[in-house]
Amino acid sequence: MKIEEYNRESEILNSGHNACPGCGAALTVRYLSRALGPNLAMVITASCWSIIVGVPPLTALKCPVLHCPFPSAGSVGGGLRRGLTAKGHHDTTVVVLAGDGGTFDIGLQALSGAAQRNEDYIFICYDNEAYMNTGMQTSSATPFGARTNTAPYPLFKQGQKKDIMQIMAAHSIPYAATATVAFPEDMEHKLRKAKEISGFRFMHVLSPCPPGWGTESADTINLSRLAVNSNSFPLYEIIDGVNWRMTYFPEKKRTPLKEYLDRQRRFRQVDDSIIDSLQEEVDHDWQKLMERVKHSLEEK
Amino acid sequence: MTFELISGSQAAAMAVQRVGVDMVAAYPITPQTAIVETLANFEARGMLGGEFVSVESEYAALSYCNGAAAAGARVFTATSSHGLAYMHEMTHWCSGARFPIVMVNVNRTLGPPWCLDPDQGDSLSQRDTGWMQIYCSNAQEAFDTVVQAFMLSEELLLPSLIVFDGFYISHTYEPVDVPEKELVQQFVGSPGFQAQVKPNFTANLHGLSTGETQMGLVKSRQEDMLRAPAVFEKINERYFETFGRSYETIKASIPSGAKTAILAAGSTAETVEWFLPELKDTGLIQLRMFRPFPAGLLAGIVREHELERIVVIDRNCSPGIGGIFAQEVKAALYGISRPPVVQDLIMAGGVDVTRELLEKIVQAYPEEGLVDQKWGVEL
Repeated sequence: MKIEEYNRESEILNSGHNACPGCGAALTVRYLSRALGPNLAMVITASCWSIIVGVPPLTALKCPVLHCPFPSAGSVGGGLRRGLTAKGHHDTTVVVLAGDGGTFDIGLQALSGAAQRNEDYIFICYDNEAYMNTGMQTSSATPFGARTNTAPYPLFKQGQKKDIMQIMAAHSIPYAATATVAFPEDMEHKLRKAKEISGFRFMHVLSPCPPGWGTESADTINLSRLAVNSNSFPLYEIIDGVNWRMTYFPEKKRTPLKEYLDRQRRFRQVDDSIIDSLQEEVDHDWQKLMERVKHSLEEK
Repeated sequence: MTFELISGSQAAAMAVQRVGVDMVAAYPITPQTAIVETLANFEARGMLGGEFVSVESEYAALSYCNGAAAAGARVFTATSSHGLAYMHEMTHWCSGARFPIVMVNVNRTLGPPWCLDPDQGDSLSQRDTGWMQIYCSNAQEAFDTVVQAFMLSEELLLPSLIVFDGFYISHTYEPVDVPEKELVQQFVGSPGFQAQVKPNFTANLHGLSTGETQMGLVKSRQEDMLRAPAVFEKINERYFETFGRSYETIKASIPSGAKTAILAAGSTAETVEWFLPELKDTGLIQLRMFRPFPAGLLAGIVREHELERIVVIDRNCSPGIGGIFAQEVKAALYGISRPPVVQDLIMAGGVDVTRELLEKIVQAYPEEGLVDQKWGVEL
């Protein structure tokens, strides 16, 4: 898409929101509103977006927004969907917006329940890889090696990042996809596709967080692109939990992971031997993903 | 009248079916399960009208109701004990968001150790969450109160917790007058409350607020809560005209000259009422509505009968202070002229209240002096 073709009129995110400069989560909602709007109802669980949307009666979003407690997002989304349907509002798209905490950790039970029941709404996880709204505490989405305020210097997060996409695939939901803000066309395409499908749809969106990651505001898109091109955050989709499909392959040779990590102050304390082991992990995961994609192609 | 021999749980479920709801979201827990199963059976036979959703936890059940009520749907759920405790965060949220959700709680002791007896600590632990609480003493009351709760909640935009004892009411079969669905639906009407989430209507619902905003909202919630007894009375006047039964928020059965009254809620009240003729010079005060607390009406009963002593039977205990009903009764009567002595009989664990026990507590005064707290196990 050319920049001059970009139509801001279809967005429902107003200026004057409370996001930090360079916030990946704010961009995520801009793109999703273009693809899913204008008739959508949004459920927002405790996360950065509880704040970004503004203090009522003011609001940054031109749609109904229903806030809900931290662990409840998956269930409130299902209830709202069925409530709207009971009231005859079949055409309204219900979107649940949750951070990585509200998806990977405290929200996982409700998410799993909703996915298993194949509730008819779209769950968007904007993943900034820690509890950023409360000031950078470790979540199960925090990558190995990252420093947080609950794993402060000289400590760092131990244990791998939870693979939420595999968890969602195991629920055999109609549609699950990864996306990130450096690839708006890819994200928008996936969202439009999700909108046409009924049942439970899940999007895992990597959202760089300048204050949390220790990066420059202007570097958000670059980091998002590096995450993809280093194979650290591949772009793919999973249909019905079995059909894995890449939507983007990094051009030519993959970028070394070190280039991506070196730009983030949260990884400053890890030495090259740890970065090497992280690189091995990324390569291993990529290989596993390629096997799944290949297997899906063969099945066809 | 169509009498059916049903349990308290079935009565509550039939009330929900008669009223007609858009959605039920529930999770099973003993001794509430019969409510959930009866409603699921209604759905299986195409008789529920709305949807029955089996969710993955009690927390999810109330969250689900929260989402559906936001869209203006009429919803119901039921739980007990640990289930209600697990819902705690959402009970605050539903009330603060002003969703008129109706929930039944079947009293059961909170562990450990695991215990199924009907301690009231589960529902009383939710007393500060902004839900109206009504305690029923038999299956008929359970049916009628659940029907009325939908009207009460939707009028005041506050959630209702309808409470009855596990097993003594939930599993005991009694003849219950169950009016036809058409009649009940006509009486209750379709949900009259506004949806908060409306398509294409921009609103930032329940987002970040200041302390000042919050105070204003809590004040209006308190004011609406205090309107509940009057609204309840109005509903019961109409209910009596249509169905021939009505209930009070607090009911006094005090023989003339009796200066002692036993105050109880739930099935205990009916037990006391049964033995009342055998208990010399003793009356009964049945507390039905616990939130809002009918303090003025209680003081009126005390004044009218010049009561000198109230024995409160508490099937619960708040460690560090004692029985919760007794504390509320004392607070309600503080400052009136010639207040009665309030004695607290603590039956924590939901221990059975027998005639022998009732006789003992009535006789224990004045011979044993002004003991203000006694444990059932000591008598």
